[in-house]
Amino acid sequence: MYIKQISVFLENQAGRLYDVMTVLADNNINLRALFLTDSSDFGILRLIVDKPDDCLKVLKESQFTVNITNVIAIEVPDHAGGLSGVLKEIYAADLNIEYMYAFVEKHHDNAVLIFRFESAEAAIKKLKDKNLKIMSNQSVLAE
Amino acid sequence: MSPDETQSIQSEQLVQLVKKVYESVPFYRKRMDGLGITPEDIKSIADINKLPFTSKDDMRETYPLGLLSVNQSEIVEVHTSSGTTGKPVVDAYTIDDIDLWSEVMARTLGMGNITNKDIVQNAFGYGLFTGGLGVHYGARRVGANVIPISGGNTIRQLAILQDFKATALTCTPSYCLYLAEVAEENGIHFTDLNLKVGFFGAEPWSENMRKEIEKKLDLKAIDIYGLTEIIGPGVASECLEQDGLHIFEDHFYPEIINPDTLQPVAEGEKGELVITTLTKQGTPILRYRTRDITFFRSGSCACDRTHRRMNRLLGRTDDMLIIRGVNIFPSQIEEVLFNIDHIEPHYQLVVDRVNQLDTLEVQVELNEKSFSDEVRKLEEYERKVEKDLHTALGIQAKVKLMEPKSIQRSEGKAKRIIDNRQI
Repeated sequence: MYIKQISVFLENQAGRLYDVMTVLADNNINLRALFLTDSSDFGILRLIVDKPDDCLKVLKESQFTVNITNVIAIEVPDHAGGLSGVLKEIYAADLNIEYMYAFVEKHHDNAVLIFRFESAEAAIKKLKDKNLKIMSNQSVLAE
Repeated sequence: MSPDETQSIQSEQLVQLVKKVYESVPFYRKRMDGLGITPEDIKSIADINKLPFTSKDDMRETYPLGLLSVNQSEIVEVHTSSGTTGKPVVDAYTIDDIDLWSEVMARTLGMGNITNKDIVQNAFGYGLFTGGLGVHYGARRVGANVIPISGGNTIRQLAILQDFKATALTCTPSYCLYLAEVAEENGIHFTDLNLKVGFFGAEPWSENMRKEIEKKLDLKAIDIYGLTEIIGPGVASECLEQDGLHIFEDHFYPEIINPDTLQPVAEGEKGELVITTLTKQGTPILRYRTRDITFFRSGSCACDRTHRRMNRLLGRTDDMLIIRGVNIFPSQIEEVLFNIDHIEPHYQLVVDRVNQLDTLEVQVELNEKSFSDEVRKLEEYERKVEKDLHTALGIQAKVKLMEPKSIQRSEGKAKRIIDNRQI
């Protein structure tokens, strides 16, 4: 049920993001979602792509520092209070969100949010009986 | 040889040396006349502190052959420093000097038990730099098989290491770690190679860097010391005890002075190493101020060699950074960095001056295996390095995590400091 997320370590240096995107383009890897976070010294680029294993391989070959983490994609109803309802369930399951970000595209009429918990596997166990639409890998990538 | 015997030989040699340079090197005659001393004032090694010092600037001002003490036709080889910081300094060798150099470098290799059965891959640069040919002559004297591969061309170095099964490696410590990194990238394991000992020098390095090298290259790492102004490598070397460097004081007389007062420091105190060449013919040097900081080790070495030992270099007076009033050498920072997981053994120090205060940025490479997608964790690594630097050295440094392999690798001496201060 979890999604593979690729993370890339980026020095704060002009052109580094472009370098990553060029590698993906050259290898015909399609982006589904992207989230860039930064400190004063460095950035971490988080990617959801159509071919995560290939993506990891080609970025490593291009000397990028990369890892792969499991995250969870949850559909969030696109109306006021939608996210609040989802967070309520997560809170009830006693889970801490390390970070989260949104997909650009919608799935049916719902927004899609990516959640990073300490352990995606443990989180799924705790969340599977809750009233949440956890998306499968296929449905995330099928968009 | 007992210390008394050594001193009596040194005394004899010094008296001869002073006579020789007074007669044949106008530079030294002028200096001695200026101090009001003649060769007759030098009766034993105890009189050495009456003699003038020689500085790097003196050597530059006499470039190229102003310190020559023999007829130029007697010179068979010259070497110079790189001259990156000014005019290069020159060492001009007679045939006897080359013989001396071979002897002290053979001793150096002997410190690591190199014999005629060994194969020495010599990755010090050949050319005007003294490292390459110094090791070469020493290996020849021992009768070892020397592989004169010189510096650089790392992939080829590794292939030759595998094919010719070298038992000893000689290069700068920073290049050695780069070699280890490229080996790892190419799936070459040092445990499969035949290296048993490495002789590393030409730049200051720390005890923790030694541990890292010994772990990564699966060999015993020996610290060797020398400088172009004196002869090149072969001035001092560790033995397999790795407990201080034995100075070859029958040829190179060491003193340790306070660089401000120019007086000898108390026994065991640290200061600037000063060397007089007792036996060199071509360009003999009186009391050369090496700018290297060390101290004499007391007691005797477990190896039973009686030559005095100096501690491995703490740094160079001209590399010393003063960060908000704290004197610090890059090797001390290195010592701290090499104890920390999460970062690679490559670093660079950027010094700047902001609002009249010196600032230090320590750039370290993130270890690939420690990369986390969480900013918090990476920032924790940075804080950890900052805290360790502060605890160990009392300095406030800003630590910057860099991408692995982004800091420039060196094939010779590593450039550790970028100084952006405009003073």
